Amino acid sequence: MKPSLKLLDYSILQQCMHCGMCLPACPTYVATKKERHSPRGRISLMRAVADDELKLSPAFADEMSYCLGCLACETACPAGVDYSNLLETARAEVQSAGLNQTFTSRFWRTVTMRGLFMRPRLLRFAGRLLWLYQRLGLQTAFRKMGLTKLLPPDLRRLEPQCPTIATKFSPQLIRPVESPAKKSHRVALLTGCVQDLVFAELNRDTADVLLANGCEVHTPSVQPCCGSLHAHNGEAAAAKTLAKRMIDLFPPSQFDAIISNSGGCGNHLRHYGALLADDPVYAPLAKLWDTKLRDIHEWLLEYGCLAPRTGLGDLTVTYHDSCHLTHGQKVTQQPRDLLKLIPGLKLVELPEANWCCGSAGIYNITQPVQSEQLLVRKVGHVIGTGASVLATANPGCHLQIARGLRQAGSAITLVPPVTLLARAYRKEKSAESRTV
Amino acid sequence: MSTPDPAVLGRLREIVGAENVLTSPEDTIPYGFDGTAALKGPVGIVVLPGSTEEISEVVKLAAARGLAIVTRGSGTGLSGGSVPSEGCIILCLTRLDKILSVDDANLTVRAQCGVITAAIDAAVQKHGLFYPPDPGSMKISTIGGNVAENSGGLRGLKYGVTRDYVMGLEVVLPDGRIAHFGNACVKDVAGYSMKDLFIGSEGTLGIITEVLLKVLPRPAARRTMLASYDRMEDAAQTVSDIIAAKIIPCTLEFLDRMTIGCVEDYAKIGLPRDCEALLLMETDGHPAAVAEEAEQMLALARARGARDVRVARDDAEALQLASARRSAFAALARVRPTTILEDVTVPRDKLAEMVAFVAEVAKKHKLLVGTFGHMGDGNLHPTFLTDERNTEEMARVHEALEEIVTKTLALGGTITGEHGVGLAKKAWLRRQVGENSHDLMREIKRAWDPRNLLNPGKIFD
Repeated sequence: MKPSLKLLDYSILQQCMHCGMCLPACPTYVATKKERHSPRGRISLMRAVADDELKLSPAFADEMSYCLGCLACETACPAGVDYSNLLETARAEVQSAGLNQTFTSRFWRTVTMRGLFMRPRLLRFAGRLLWLYQRLGLQTAFRKMGLTKLLPPDLRRLEPQCPTIATKFSPQLIRPVESPAKKSHRVALLTGCVQDLVFAELNRDTADVLLANGCEVHTPSVQPCCGSLHAHNGEAAAAKTLAKRMIDLFPPSQFDAIISNSGGCGNHLRHYGALLADDPVYAPLAKLWDTKLRDIHEWLLEYGCLAPRTGLGDLTVTYHDSCHLTHGQKVTQQPRDLLKLIPGLKLVELPEANWCCGSAGIYNITQPVQSEQLLVRKVGHVIGTGASVLATANPGCHLQIARGLRQAGSAITLVPPVTLLARAYRKEKSAESRTV
Repeated sequence: MSTPDPAVLGRLREIVGAENVLTSPEDTIPYGFDGTAALKGPVGIVVLPGSTEEISEVVKLAAARGLAIVTRGSGTGLSGGSVPSEGCIILCLTRLDKILSVDDANLTVRAQCGVITAAIDAAVQKHGLFYPPDPGSMKISTIGGNVAENSGGLRGLKYGVTRDYVMGLEVVLPDGRIAHFGNACVKDVAGYSMKDLFIGSEGTLGIITEVLLKVLPRPAARRTMLASYDRMEDAAQTVSDIIAAKIIPCTLEFLDRMTIGCVEDYAKIGLPRDCEALLLMETDGHPAAVAEEAEQMLALARARGARDVRVARDDAEALQLASARRSAFAALARVRPTTILEDVTVPRDKLAEMVAFVAEVAKKHKLLVGTFGHMGDGNLHPTFLTDERNTEEMARVHEALEEIVTKTLALGGTITGEHGVGLAKKAWLRRQVGENSHDLMREIKRAWDPRNLLNPGKIFD
């Protein structure tokens, strides 16, 4: 059965009583002041489609794509409207109606959604090729020769953001099972897709922090994509397949917690229950899975996180909330609390910390103008704090803001909170080994 | 729905720019409603002007063509005041969003109509000043809409409502002329107080384009307290005791059990779910006076049997409590698909009786109701939680509302304390104000706007 607004439980649409409390929280409404670009405006369009008052149209498709999906409206909504469910359904319907597709967009969708992100080994192979291209100096050569000008404009703009692929991927850094000296919990570590290719070190850091806090860490070397990219972009069937593969690989009954360290993936991962609700075999497993899924920051503080005794020197840090961590998963205070555990670290609050940076999955490719405006706004605030480090816990935000800071000529570095914590533990360890 | 005349569209595009005239259904459907549940209308054209002059030109065009105009700001009204009528032009004023000046010497602020209410207070705060009216939607409502609806808020008891702060207005009249009323003088008795006619006129007499507002010195201290009760009557009696003790707090808000549960589901700030009433109290002013009044209020609450009484730790918690209260109306929407919000107001000493009556009526008609509101002003928001698609249940809701209105009027109250008449309450206006008063209102409207082009069908038919 194809997802459609008409078949959706109507009460989800009715839940929005259009009070307007979401308007000031919505980046696209604030930028344009047009109701159509607001959460309640989009919901009214979806309801019109469900009521047969509006036909699916390219303009409707455009609007669904113009939404960042940052879910700031869900945090703002007193009525508890399930906007992410509505948006995913609308996008899926637009997708299955084949609206608004150019040849190139179809090509990239097929390559990414149906190809790379369905096949983890293939994705790693592609990553390795990109690594080779970067390592052999071809990227530098291409840039110097001006060959990047041959790229289409949107990709040309983002080419500098093309992340440097890690020398080692997660399986080369983390053994399938690692045990702490004294074990209190058994957890699974999800290594992610982009995360694994670009930020594999963060996965190592996550494992280290878990080990330091008494967790036995299970990290199978080949893991499927969580399916969030598919669900957010209207590929519901693929999202379900991937969720099932994930549950098969990590039977939820075998772990105290299943750990995600990427804000965007985590928000999708903790809703497998709803995604697989109609599946007779997987529904109960998915329900159990949801209760086990934890964001790393949330998990560390659930039983009290060990405070490092050594700091990283005087360090002024500010923190950017990833949308899906704060608005989706409601994990807002924990990353800040973890940072405050590090001796000598001064945490300064970032103005509009929970305002989207414009990365938003593939938004920076599909909606470059709006994305760039949001990035400039974010970078201005970050520089204004006077911090030397920006901590954030989502690979998309990380790459986007890093590019923005580079463009602005800023020397501020980006480091995930977990990495800062892991570094502090390591420093403590090496200080101890010196004194022994 | 009739298709817009191409000549009209062409002229509108000339006046405000093509990008500010919206006609496609994807652009216009989202302007078919305001903040009022279960009310919507057909939209043909939305125009987003950028200046008073552009508004004047649009109104002249509409007058020449006999087209109705429905004005809106952010569309957060709660009586259907900016719901479109058939064939109208929706005039959306959010682009006029500049604060023009803050005058320290005369304690005034001048702003365009589309400025967000909270932005006005934020701007004057930098000067040590204070704009008190704080409607629930202040983070997004526009000041022009506040004036047109004469909006209230949580501080009415001590600081009054929007009307008490309007010193001057710029208004586009039904024929497109631009008029100015009032000035920065504290005293001014030159002729009729025309600005007062426009305040609360709900877009039926003119289009408010600029406002001159009075502001106050910012209170140096503020204290927020929360008391919980096992009986609603005790909360209401506490309020009477506080007023009898010659204390005028800035805020005395209450929530009933149903509302507390919904607000807590949303805000998660640790409100007690097992009590029948919560009273949110706030006093502000000179630090010494605030400390003394707060002590007295706490003692009075305890003496009336408050189960638990506490003071907000700091400004952050105080803000959290007030924001939670502001979310009450929308938070109630969690329970059922449709939320019918009322705004009846009774003299303060009748409040306990009215709250009990609402509960009784809901029980009699087997309806779910959450009640909250401004206990210090006698302004109640009984909110029926229902489903607009269930006609049988909606019929019972209407019967219940009818009984509540009858009781309100019998107690000397009003059908609307702060939301306006709009579409939602026009059936009851005549009963409240009486035949002669109602006729006079309509005569003024007819004399002023004989072709009934400005927000037709609102307040009265």
